[in-house]
Amino acid sequence: MLRYTEKIQETAKRLLQEKRVDAFIGYGKGSVPMMNQPLMVSDPDRVDRLYWDNFCGLNLCNYLTKRTDKVGIVANGCNSRNIVTHIIENQIKRDQLYIVGIPCEGMIDHRAVMRAVKQKEILDIQQNGKTFVVKGADFEETFEKEKFLQSNCAVCIHRNPVIYDELLGDLVEEQTGVSPYQDVEKVEAMDPEKKQGFFTRLISRCIRCYACRNACPLCYCPTCFVDESRPQWVGKSSDPTDTLTFHFLRAYHCAGRCTDCGACERVCPMGISMRQFTKKLNKDCQELFSWEAGLTLDQRPPLDVYRPDDYNDFIK
Amino acid sequence: MTERVYTKEEWIRGLEGLREDYTLFVPVKDGDFHAFMPMNGEKVPDFDFQNTRLSPKSVIYPRSERLFEYILGNADPEANILKESSKDFSPRAIVGIRPCDAQAFQIVRRNFDNPEYRDPWWVRHFESTTLVGLGCNEPCSTCFCTAVGGGPFHEDGLDALVFDLGERYLIKGLTDKGEAFLAKMNGGKPADEAVLKAAEDLTASASQKITSSPPTDPLKGKKINDLFNAPFWEEVAFGCLNCGTCTYLCPTCWCFDVQDEVLGKEGDRIRNWDSCMFPLFTLHGSGHNPRDKKVQRVRQRFMHKLKYYVDKYDNGVQCSGCGRCVRYCPVNIDIRDVCERMNNY
Repeated sequence: MLRYTEKIQETAKRLLQEKRVDAFIGYGKGSVPMMNQPLMVSDPDRVDRLYWDNFCGLNLCNYLTKRTDKVGIVANGCNSRNIVTHIIENQIKRDQLYIVGIPCEGMIDHRAVMRAVKQKEILDIQQNGKTFVVKGADFEETFEKEKFLQSNCAVCIHRNPVIYDELLGDLVEEQTGVSPYQDVEKVEAMDPEKKQGFFTRLISRCIRCYACRNACPLCYCPTCFVDESRPQWVGKSSDPTDTLTFHFLRAYHCAGRCTDCGACERVCPMGISMRQFTKKLNKDCQELFSWEAGLTLDQRPPLDVYRPDDYNDFIK
Repeated sequence: MTERVYTKEEWIRGLEGLREDYTLFVPVKDGDFHAFMPMNGEKVPDFDFQNTRLSPKSVIYPRSERLFEYILGNADPEANILKESSKDFSPRAIVGIRPCDAQAFQIVRRNFDNPEYRDPWWVRHFESTTLVGLGCNEPCSTCFCTAVGGGPFHEDGLDALVFDLGERYLIKGLTDKGEAFLAKMNGGKPADEAVLKAAEDLTASASQKITSSPPTDPLKGKKINDLFNAPFWEEVAFGCLNCGTCTYLCPTCWCFDVQDEVLGKEGDRIRNWDSCMFPLFTLHGSGHNPRDKKVQRVRQRFMHKLKYYVDKYDNGVQCSGCGRCVRYCPVNIDIRDVCERMNNY
């Protein structure tokens, strides 16, 4: 994974020097372990700030919305699917983009690492292929990357970018035989009361900071429904019903659009697994429409298209 | 000044005994992190923690607080009159609060309790709360309390301070409130010279462990307009998601929004935490928004903390160096880095 850092820097430098792009969007190394920062570089002499490792879990597509310049951007599987969705939804044009594809082998779940070292402070992480070494003031432990993947990465079947102008490495083998929806099936099997309890507990720690919404490239409405005051769709206090309303409505707005990139969960300061909402809708889209978001520029997403010959009965 | 020593078991028993006198907020392990929760017999306090994910500011300044209630209509003579909601101002104690979070209440107090304005609810909650601090034996790499006038065993803003000496705790009363707390607490014995020496050594060694120290003194001498128009804000703000993580986790962010919630003919006027990161924060009724761009909002947060507050109160920065925003900003915007940029501009 780390080998990509140099390649990204070289590519960005070339693109900027040749004026193929006005700016290049990637990640920079964070000031604390396991945290990287989204970065935009427009000076070819400053590309050495670009960086890549196993903690690039934020979705950079967020930074493309309504841009008018020509931009280069690094994109792994899920990020590239969001770029496709962005193009389909007219948030940016294909010809404005130079997509630098990165075959991905999954990102590491920083919370799982914290748990493994019993929440002790981590001062440094060294990544060596399939393993990584975690160092603190009085400990050093080696872990297998495979066992610490973000939960969305563990079940990802689109690790290779689906759209790119240039690829920085050999395509990786896609995972097969994963069952992405085991957790959703458990919830589906619950009776309504249990479901209500499950979701209420799930979001009980929510502080309404909206990091999940803002980290999501799908959330680009000029005014979000939670910020509307006429009419006021949802209360702004810490009332659990309002908080649950926010999470349900946010998820529904992502139906048929979510690529399960996991950015929402990654950024949550309270560690809430809000993918439990969006995954159910992804599963429905898969079952009802054989649809996975962001795989092609040639098809409209199921919820923004009407066809008189739709095979579903409810539409007739 | 009372100085008593407790074994760790005695300490927990002593706290149990205080539950009739105070509502005690203690650090409790809650999943992956710690949170301050009322000690109610079910929750077990766990003082083996670095710091809580959320600061204890909500004990004094709740995330949502009902201020007034009213009924609407014409028939009832009591209708359309705002009536103050009843509130619980009975004695509370936050036990295990870190010195940075206690200092944060002093920073916030300058806003809520000054000759010009006095927020009655904040002030009464604050006055009814005793802050029993727990010094930091092992500060984190993101802590910079010593750079903003505090320290791992800083006493200002605390009513009592606890030193974790391994097998035992030393507790020092620092104010009348703290002495009253200690007087009610059972167990313990007077501290001897050896214990006091151990506490002194601990304080000295902990301060040495603080590795981050962005200087904050140069900020005062800078010109507001120079900093406001500095070219680095675009770069600082690029990654910002404009979420409320930094402001809601911050012990010194105090901004709020007042909302009316009505059901049928009954209404509540509620004060909720708000965040300068949200576009709605400054949206005018006219539709105009003076801070409608991300970069303006990011600049506002740092200028408020590191310049406007400094100039207005002449009492340091609006930051107690707890490092929560540094650790939990989803896009790693680091206030230490921003402070350096402002210093060097």
